[in-house]
Amino acid sequence: MNRNILQKIKAETIKTNPELLEPHKNLHEKEVRVVLKNCDIIDPENINHYIAKDGYFSINQALNDMTQVDVIKLITDSGLRGRGGGGFPTGRKWNFAYKNENDTKYIICNADEGDPGAFMDRSVLEKDPHSVLEGMIIAGYAIGAQTGYIYVRAEYPLAAKRLQMAIDDALELNILGENIFESDFNFNIEIRLGAGAFVCGEETALIASIEGNRGMSKNKPPYPAIEGLYGKPTIINNVETLANIAQIILNGSEWFRSFGTEKSPGTKVFALAGKIKNTGLIEVPMGITLGEIIHDIGRGVGNKRTFKAVLTGGPSGGCLTEKHLDQKVDFDTLVALGSMMGSGGMIVLDDHDCMVDIAKFYLDFSVEESCGKCTPCREGTIQLYKLLEKISNGEGTIKDLDKLKKLSLAVKKTSLCGLGMTAPNPILSTLEHFYDEYLAHVVNKVCPSSSCKGLINEYIILDNCVGCTICAKRCPVQCITGERKGLHIIDQDACIQCGECFASCNFDAIITK
Amino acid sequence: MKMINLKINDQEIKVPEGKNILDYCIDLGIDIPTLCHDERIKSEGACRMCVVEVKGINRLLASCATPATDGMEIKTHSPEVMEARKDVLELTWASHPNDCVVCEANGNCKLQDYSYEYKLDSIPEYDGHKRNFSIDNSNKFFYIDPEKCILCGKCVSVCKDLQGVEALGFNKRGHDTFVSFAFDNGMEQSNCVSCGNCVSVCPTGALMEKSNIIFRSWETKKTRTTCPYCGVGCQFDIVTKGEQVVRIDPAPGIPNDGLLCVKGKFAYKFINHKGRLTSPLIKENGVFREASWDEAYELIANKYTELRSKYGAPAFAGLASAKCTNEENYMFQKLFRAAIGTNNVDHCARLCHASTVAGLATTLGSGAMTNSIEETKNHDVIFVIGSNTTETHPVIGSFMKQAIAKGSKIIVADPREIELAENADVFLKILPGTNVPLLNAMMNVIYSENLHDVQYIAERTENFDKTLETILGTTPEIAAEICGIDAADIVKAARIYAAGNKAGIYYAMGITQHSQGTNNVKSIANLAMLCGNVGKESTGINPLRGQNNVQGACDMGGLPDVFPGYQKVFNDDARAKFEKAWGVKLDKTPGLSLPHVLDGAYENQIKFLYVMGENPVVSDPDTTHVKKSLENLDFLIVQDLFMTETAEMADVILPASSYAEKEGTFTNTERRVQMVRPAINPVGESKPDYIIIQELMNLFGYKQDILTPSEIMDEIASLAPIYGGVSYDRIQELGLQWPVADKSHPGTKFLHEDKFARGLGLFSPVEYAEAKELPDEDFPLILTTGRVLYHFHTITMTGKNDEINEIVPENFIEISTKTAKEYKLKHMDHASISSRRGTTKAVVHVTDKIGDGVMFMPFHFADGANMLTNTELDATCNIPELKVCAVQIDGKL
Repeated sequence: MNRNILQKIKAETIKTNPELLEPHKNLHEKEVRVVLKNCDIIDPENINHYIAKDGYFSINQALNDMTQVDVIKLITDSGLRGRGGGGFPTGRKWNFAYKNENDTKYIICNADEGDPGAFMDRSVLEKDPHSVLEGMIIAGYAIGAQTGYIYVRAEYPLAAKRLQMAIDDALELNILGENIFESDFNFNIEIRLGAGAFVCGEETALIASIEGNRGMSKNKPPYPAIEGLYGKPTIINNVETLANIAQIILNGSEWFRSFGTEKSPGTKVFALAGKIKNTGLIEVPMGITLGEIIHDIGRGVGNKRTFKAVLTGGPSGGCLTEKHLDQKVDFDTLVALGSMMGSGGMIVLDDHDCMVDIAKFYLDFSVEESCGKCTPCREGTIQLYKLLEKISNGEGTIKDLDKLKKLSLAVKKTSLCGLGMTAPNPILSTLEHFYDEYLAHVVNKVCPSSSCKGLINEYIILDNCVGCTICAKRCPVQCITGERKGLHIIDQDACIQCGECFASCNFDAIITK
Repeated sequence: MKMINLKINDQEIKVPEGKNILDYCIDLGIDIPTLCHDERIKSEGACRMCVVEVKGINRLLASCATPATDGMEIKTHSPEVMEARKDVLELTWASHPNDCVVCEANGNCKLQDYSYEYKLDSIPEYDGHKRNFSIDNSNKFFYIDPEKCILCGKCVSVCKDLQGVEALGFNKRGHDTFVSFAFDNGMEQSNCVSCGNCVSVCPTGALMEKSNIIFRSWETKKTRTTCPYCGVGCQFDIVTKGEQVVRIDPAPGIPNDGLLCVKGKFAYKFINHKGRLTSPLIKENGVFREASWDEAYELIANKYTELRSKYGAPAFAGLASAKCTNEENYMFQKLFRAAIGTNNVDHCARLCHASTVAGLATTLGSGAMTNSIEETKNHDVIFVIGSNTTETHPVIGSFMKQAIAKGSKIIVADPREIELAENADVFLKILPGTNVPLLNAMMNVIYSENLHDVQYIAERTENFDKTLETILGTTPEIAAEICGIDAADIVKAARIYAAGNKAGIYYAMGITQHSQGTNNVKSIANLAMLCGNVGKESTGINPLRGQNNVQGACDMGGLPDVFPGYQKVFNDDARAKFEKAWGVKLDKTPGLSLPHVLDGAYENQIKFLYVMGENPVVSDPDTTHVKKSLENLDFLIVQDLFMTETAEMADVILPASSYAEKEGTFTNTERRVQMVRPAINPVGESKPDYIIIQELMNLFGYKQDILTPSEIMDEIASLAPIYGGVSYDRIQELGLQWPVADKSHPGTKFLHEDKFARGLGLFSPVEYAEAKELPDEDFPLILTTGRVLYHFHTITMTGKNDEINEIVPENFIEISTKTAKEYKLKHMDHASISSRRGTTKAVVHVTDKIGDGVMFMPFHFADGANMLTNTELDATCNIPELKVCAVQIDGKL
């Protein structure tokens, strides 16, 4: 079949765009680019650029030289695990669907990236949409599906636009559609826009949403690989997972296994955010230590603050602390440490961040995003949130801490879907690693990070004020006065305790009482 | 099927796989609490009360929604499980009002029960957050109180998956989620049909019937009985407090599977209505006065003796009742045949399915639904012709929708775009009275395309060749012209019907109420037999009977030509059998059919008429003629619950007890004989009809022991072979579907399995004949009539419910936009409509669900549609042509 066409496009494109061959400039030497290899190099709206970077050679190869079983075996051998957070072996998942004799099957790309502070998938979708399409087509071929859906959140309009362009261009070259590359394989892809519900990243809710129903989760089993979209076997893979597929076909499973660890081969894209100098997307081999990510690649927290914790796995994950910096970042280690890989968001916290407040932030998110179907998640998350609110307001008791833990475990144990099962994780994790901080809130009625507004009576400027005037400039009610290079004073009657001064002071001259 | 091993608590079992954990636990008698589970709908696992521990899984699983797999070790009541259930309850209480003391659901609330069972320490345990919703009062029959809602989702699922309506849904999400009509815009903006099935499944007080009656569940009593409205024969519990009916609860299982419609669920207020007749009434000088039973009986006896000696038995006639029990109808016809000596007994089946009884008896040998109601759910093709099923037989309509949701195709032929037409694969909007050409053309296509069942025709039928000629004469193009539809749609419909492996035809008055009614029915039989579609499960011909016991009233011989069990009065053997049993000589001449009884009265032939639970002044065609006929009688007895339009014309009125006050049986449309049980004592001095009739028999000089309903049924069983094995001890739980040959016969789920009741199925050539009255210059529109969801027949019962009267307060017509424009009428205008027989008024509903030049009017209202309808009869079965007549709109009022 028509490999020549691809070769020809590749050669012509490189001829006119020799810069495409230049290697990617990594943020740090420890980065390895597999998924992001084309990002910021190719023009995502030009299919020829993708082809010039060996794009669509994999599906061509699969259709020419590989049986469905070969493809599944290769992916299984590579050890690729789902990048959406669960880490389920992709090859095994495909095999479930392949073995199902139903003649209608579906591939769904889960592009409903919803964790706060996570934007890994967005980059791939916007900067290298064809890599996702190619992964889907290969998956479709492997399991025997003819239709794929990309469920992309509507908040990513550029991604949706570029995906649609990519689909149209691929159709034109017969890389999608009927008899792809003159084989007897047909595959089409449609885009479905999400409507802003985080829970629709959960696969059964996502399926319900595509079916035109309300985005609510369903009990599993049956798993979608057996009974999914419209009751048919359905494989749902995350964007990053799919973006790995073509690379594995091209370079082989051994190549893929050369990155990462035995049980978590390959690379992982992370979005570094929060109190860290180098924010942004990084792609690193699995097994890199947390310290290497935070300190080497991210260059630490800066601002004379000290590193306190890093949150992984978004609202479903937990926190890792100083003592975990030597731990390897891979699926199993993170779970063992009480957090999870999640889709790749990493939010770094420093000593000004209160862990009760952080837990509250995430619970607030889960309360908002609970679909409302099952009792523990619907009722439990809001009661957890209210308990945290009580604690951060200084109204909590030791008994509330017990209640918090008991209820967290109950919600975790009895909820219907992943959202509820993991929503209490930020609480359980912070309770485990920062119990003293909770105790300070309920026993001493103090927020050690000076973060919980309910526990702050006043802000006071100490004698070590250098008179830099930053606090006075930031104060929204102009209640701070003082000469430049002179000691500043807060008018306590006018102060609204917003904490802006405290946050802005670079000399630790402001304290709370 | 694969067997799996399970260990549930300490029991090890080996069971066939395929069910969820909860199902196996129930089989073992293990009680697992559930708030959201309903075996009729797919388990959602929402409430999490049913969680269980499964070895090796570190979370708890919802037993209702999790398939059991081989080797599972399950603990249903471990400390961890008990704790989790308690947690779920505590969380539920966190946002539930703590007001059981004043809650209407107190004592009938699963949340309450489980909170007690699981020993909650304090309520609420969590006080972090309460919800603040207002009550949705937009439905007339029930309200939604979202604060009491625990979001189990049963109402939403029942509305969508069982009722097929999707009026209720979840709004917002997370903790703010609440159940409401679409977009929280209230009931009127939704497609809610007020069936109340949501109310029936609500485990708390969130969906509650609006009621003025104060009662606590522990003060009530439940009586399982059969619905008195349509022919579905839904089973339900009448809930009573003392002598007051306070609620109706649907019963699970056959035939209605826990569903009801708005009438069955909410239109029960006629029972305790202040308008009930509570003592006999005698008309003196044109005015009724209350009288004792003795007085009334004396008057009747005197009149009977006088008229009997003066005019003889042929001057007597009786109208039996499709609303009364089998036992009552049996005794009623026995009174006329044995005590008076005439076969002049008929009832309103003459107006609905006389053509079915005649047409199907001729072609198949039995004039009833061939299949069972539960089989409706399993069709792969449904052909609905002349039946607005979702309004007239709502529960069967819902079952059709369930079949469609499972993938069944549906073809609808009707002059109106009825609800089922909305999602039909083919909708044939035929002109009224053009069934025959449509059916012939469908057969034409099936035969021409070789889609017919050659072997079936050869082995099981006769007279096909002769019928073929008429079929070949009607091409789709010819029929399309007559019916006013596209020929391509006829072809499509024919192909779909012929392709069905489980094809069911459903029809009602749109087929029967024509001067060609019997031919229409025969045509349907032809079509079904052509495709081999009779005599199999979920495959057949299903005439939907309109009244609760119209099937039974026919079975009981409430017809002028047959004894009970359709044994002809002119058959000597049959007559000899009845003469022996009843101890009198019986007349061998068939009596007068209903229209002829009225004509007879008009022409002074009939002098004495006894009407039991019928209202011909409203229900029969040409009201003016009916009234004149009744006025012309020497003596009219009306036995009813209420002062109906017919009762007003009576000389004496006998107050009858309602279905809720007596024992007996109704036979539903699927031939199932079901129990009717008394929930309260007879209202006032009313008496059950079976007592009144037997007392009259003695009064008329026939010695009749006063039998109990059970004893009457034994007599029926001894005389009517199709009821041969029916007795009260056999029908307490499920009922029996006739034919039931003897005590050991299990009843018959579907008819004609190996051979037709008549032997070979008879093909009958049917040529199209136009309706007797067609539009002309003076009367340019075609009037067709029918029922609406909310009202029943002459609204004697439904009209006693204020909510229903608010929804459908008065007579109306439906006309198309174009027709309305021609007459310069707007939606909701009042108009005057006339035919050659009379004039009536109605509110105008402009809708393009009806075709141009056609008008629809419901027949419920007095001095309404039947002021206009035609008395032309089908020559074979004497059904009047109620579905077609020519009318004129006189103008706006």
